[in-house]
Amino acid sequence: MKKELIELQINGRSYELAIEPSKLLLDTLRQDLQLTGSKRGCDDSSCGACTVLEDGIPMLSCTMLAASCEGQEITTIEGVSEHGSLAAIQKAYGDWGGAQCGFCTPGFIMTVKHLLAENPEPTEDEIRNALSGNLCRCTGYSQMYQAIKAAIDAEQKGSAAVSAAR
Amino acid sequence: MTKDFSIIGKRIAMVDAAGKTSGAGKYTDDLSLPGMLVGKILHSPYPHARMKRIDTTRAEKLDGVVAVATGKDAPNTYGILPVGHDERALAVDKVRYVGDNVACVAALDEATADRALELIDVEYELLPAYFDPEKAMKAETDLIHDNKPHNIEKDYHHVFGDPEKGFAEADHVAEARFIANEVTHAAMEPHSTLAALEIDSQTGKPGRLTVWSSTQVPYYLQHKLSLVLEMPMSQIRVIKPLVGGGFGGKSEVIPLEIIAAIAARKTRAPVKITYTREEVFWAHRGRPRTIIDLKTGVKNDGRITAVKARVVQDGGAYCSYGVVTILYSGALLGALYDIPNIQYDGYRVLTNKPACGAMRGHGTVNVRFAFESQLDELAAKLEVDPAVIRRRNLLQPPCVTINGLRVQSYGLPECIDRVVERSGWKHRKGKLTRGRGLGIACSHYVSGAANSIIRSDMPHSTVNIKIDRDGGVVVYTGAAEIGQGSDTMTAQIAAEVLGCSLSRVKVVAADTDLTPIDIGSYSSRVTFMAGNATLRAAEEVKKQIALAAAKKMNCAVEELVFRDDGVFNSKSINVGAGVPPVQAPGGDERGRSSPHRSQDQASVSGRVEGQILRGSLQQQRNEEGPKDFMTFEEAVVAAIDFHGALAGTGSYAPPPEARGGKFKGAGVGPSPAYSYSAQVAEVTVDEDTGEVIVHKVWAAHDCGRALNPVSVEGQIIGSVWMGMGQALTEEMVWKDGLLMNPGLLEYRSPSSVESPEVEPIIVESIDPEGPFGAKECSEGSLAATIPAIANAIYDAVGIRLREAPFTPERVLAALRAKKNAKLLDLTEGIDPTAPERFREHGGALWFKGKGPERHASDPARRTEQA
Ligand code: FES
Ligand code: FES
Repeated sequence: MKKELIELQINGRSYELAIEPSKLLLDTLRQDLQLTGSKRGCDDSSCGACTVLEDGIPMLSCTMLAASCEGQEITTIEGVSEHGSLAAIQKAYGDWGGAQCGFCTPGFIMTVKHLLAENPEPTEDEIRNALSGNLCRCTGYSQMYQAIKAAIDAEQKGSAAVSAAR
Repeated sequence: MTKDFSIIGKRIAMVDAAGKTSGAGKYTDDLSLPGMLVGKILHSPYPHARMKRIDTTRAEKLDGVVAVATGKDAPNTYGILPVGHDERALAVDKVRYVGDNVACVAALDEATADRALELIDVEYELLPAYFDPEKAMKAETDLIHDNKPHNIEKDYHHVFGDPEKGFAEADHVAEARFIANEVTHAAMEPHSTLAALEIDSQTGKPGRLTVWSSTQVPYYLQHKLSLVLEMPMSQIRVIKPLVGGGFGGKSEVIPLEIIAAIAARKTRAPVKITYTREEVFWAHRGRPRTIIDLKTGVKNDGRITAVKARVVQDGGAYCSYGVVTILYSGALLGALYDIPNIQYDGYRVLTNKPACGAMRGHGTVNVRFAFESQLDELAAKLEVDPAVIRRRNLLQPPCVTINGLRVQSYGLPECIDRVVERSGWKHRKGKLTRGRGLGIACSHYVSGAANSIIRSDMPHSTVNIKIDRDGGVVVYTGAAEIGQGSDTMTAQIAAEVLGCSLSRVKVVAADTDLTPIDIGSYSSRVTFMAGNATLRAAEEVKKQIALAAAKKMNCAVEELVFRDDGVFNSKSINVGAGVPPVQAPGGDERGRSSPHRSQDQASVSGRVEGQILRGSLQQQRNEEGPKDFMTFEEAVVAAIDFHGALAGTGSYAPPPEARGGKFKGAGVGPSPAYSYSAQVAEVTVDEDTGEVIVHKVWAAHDCGRALNPVSVEGQIIGSVWMGMGQALTEEMVWKDGLLMNPGLLEYRSPSSVESPEVEPIIVESIDPEGPFGAKECSEGSLAATIPAIANAIYDAVGIRLREAPFTPERVLAALRAKKNAKLLDLTEGIDPTAPERFREHGGALWFKGKGPERHASDPARRTEQA
């Protein structure tokens, strides 16, 4: 298949790429842009390891054509860290055992980012429902809930500190 | 040894956590090399067939195809066990399961490789195939392997004590058949291998081979590659990048690992092969379907008098770990309870399905399900509390069991007490509302096998440590981090022994060129064995530092204490109470400090900013005369000046007393230490739909000592959760050798909404030989979950489920049988040839029309005919 030129907005940068129109966003990220943080865990859109945010909405990048993402802002796990250091949710996942082998972690973190953006104080049931599209085979999910709660606390403390400083 | 540790026992983030949470960490499939080709494997569409002819010319001519490898490119046989060398990377004469490996295309891109696979012509002569182990055992002709009569891979017949007498003495005997269906690891990372040959700069010929692979056993991979490729091991370098979960599925050499190397050799270019999820299911090596005929005798007081088990395992087409699996199933009847008489007959049978191998709880899980269910049944018959009957059969350690297993530390009694207490067992058991129930069960597991697969006197783990002048500690270990926390454990032990902060320690792991031999991450051996080797290596280096420091400090070596990034003279400084004279503020910003730490601990784990302080400090100290304290760096510099270099080595081999008896098959089962688990599960059963919901599992696990409680709890929860999957939903469904559910959705690995709360309870029995008393914590808890749930279902609705998983179909069938109602045929009218349950698809083969014939009402077939 002939390649075509497309332009993608990823993590705040724009990239011009020549790719086949049939190429998936996941493969484009991993192979053409070396953004290998998004993972492929399945053949049938069942695992969520490839989750990215498209204009803030979590999407399975293995189900989207890269060419169809022109004009949207894509955020991958590589775009989550803030100012070169871990975001609260990333740190919390490490501290609380939310990541064991870590293969599912990028997908989960993208999902959680969206959850917290929509609903800053989710109940445990809401967390469970939000995470149910992502599979993890190591953790049994429990420690992820602790991590998410810790991240919420850290964010709140952080913003409290910011407003106190003002 | 002081009880008061500075790093051991603390809740810390894994040392590699940030790489995983930031997406920066590299797994094998994340790697690429210039000029890299993509490899794709052609799999057999038939379960049992002779290959009469294979023609690759059409595929080779396709634009973009660089080479096509077939069996004759590397026909040597291999297998993980020395007694089981029955596999070839690519088939030569025969294929033995749907998914067996036939050829490999190396091409410029994936799409081309996929197209080329269609162009390979293979002529097969179909052979009768065997899918049921009990039928396969009766076969006389068309054997799966010619040298295995009746398709029996291996059978063992063990008698310990006098089982007949034991049963004669029993007041009650229970006997039943239990079945546990086939399950698989389903680690989230599909297997991946990248292989590259260096081109010799003088001869231009392919030289050394480097293989990056998702493996739990880099050393075994190096060994098998050497066998198949006929290259010396020294010419092969195996590197293990991050691994996205193993659970046993990567604990042996998987065909793609060798095929990638064959293709790289043939194309003289780097070749990467990554399995699709469906291929992972074909590669499998999971827990075999197991048929257990179990008989247990007890006295009226609940004491077990004898156990007899006949176990048949549906092993699939190759040996894999099979001989070990069938031995574990028998051996680990012992070492949990005191059983005076045991008879065991185990059969590992070959069938035309993907090979089964090692999976979390290797060999013990299914038999434990049967045993703990039967014990519950007997308790009910005797009207003894199920928790009490378990307490009546405890071992009295230190002891050696009737089948030769040495038990030293034994936290089982405490595990039982803790879950009974936490779950409110005494006042809630049997008193919950209708449909809701509690069940208890126990399990155990080895902390590494006392005898390695390859029998030799080689140490099982060796670790090197090197320290540089600025106090940077580098630990070289062959142990394979697969997400369980192996690297973190190594760093913690080294830092604790050397009294330095964790951030000083860098772990270089699992690279056969750099790291000494470690036999890998399987049978829960890493903490115990690699941990002990690390401990010894660190002790050796510490001795050298102490020698130099004692000289400088004018005191005896024995008076020195290493702690808080310093070396103290214990005579003049009260370590622990006193704060080291030098303390620089500033946190460890590498994601290693933990929210659980108090401020005190944060400063304890040493924050001397070495680089900045070194010069001025040294000068200051030099001027000060005799010292009672040196910083870690000063001591290191002194030691390097004194010895010329600072390095140490430690190794571990299990002691002879722990290696078991002398009978045939005695080598499997013995371990230097066993972990213990007791669990209570709370479930509800919907009597209309047959659906079982697990609300909560209380799981107490004796891990010896919890080196890092966050990780220990994570392992306990993960094991319990995986056990729950096997208990309720997970099952590989076969139809004529074709897997009906080769995807994560249909395989039904539980998601967050289907996962119960698990309360992990750590029990520390402090093993006399474990590193700081630690034992395994990653596998032992899995086995108890299944019977705990089965027993809870009995408590809830009074049915005994003897076949796992306990799907709504099976639960309903049992409920109806109890009421003498007619059996419901849930698949009625859907597909008369389907297995008991209707499934959506049989994967890519079916999709391509290569699977078994479709049912007449299948819409896909109607379109074909139209
Ligand atoms: S790769 Fe599994 S859902 Fe996208
Ligand atoms: S941490 Fe391994 S799959 Fe989630």
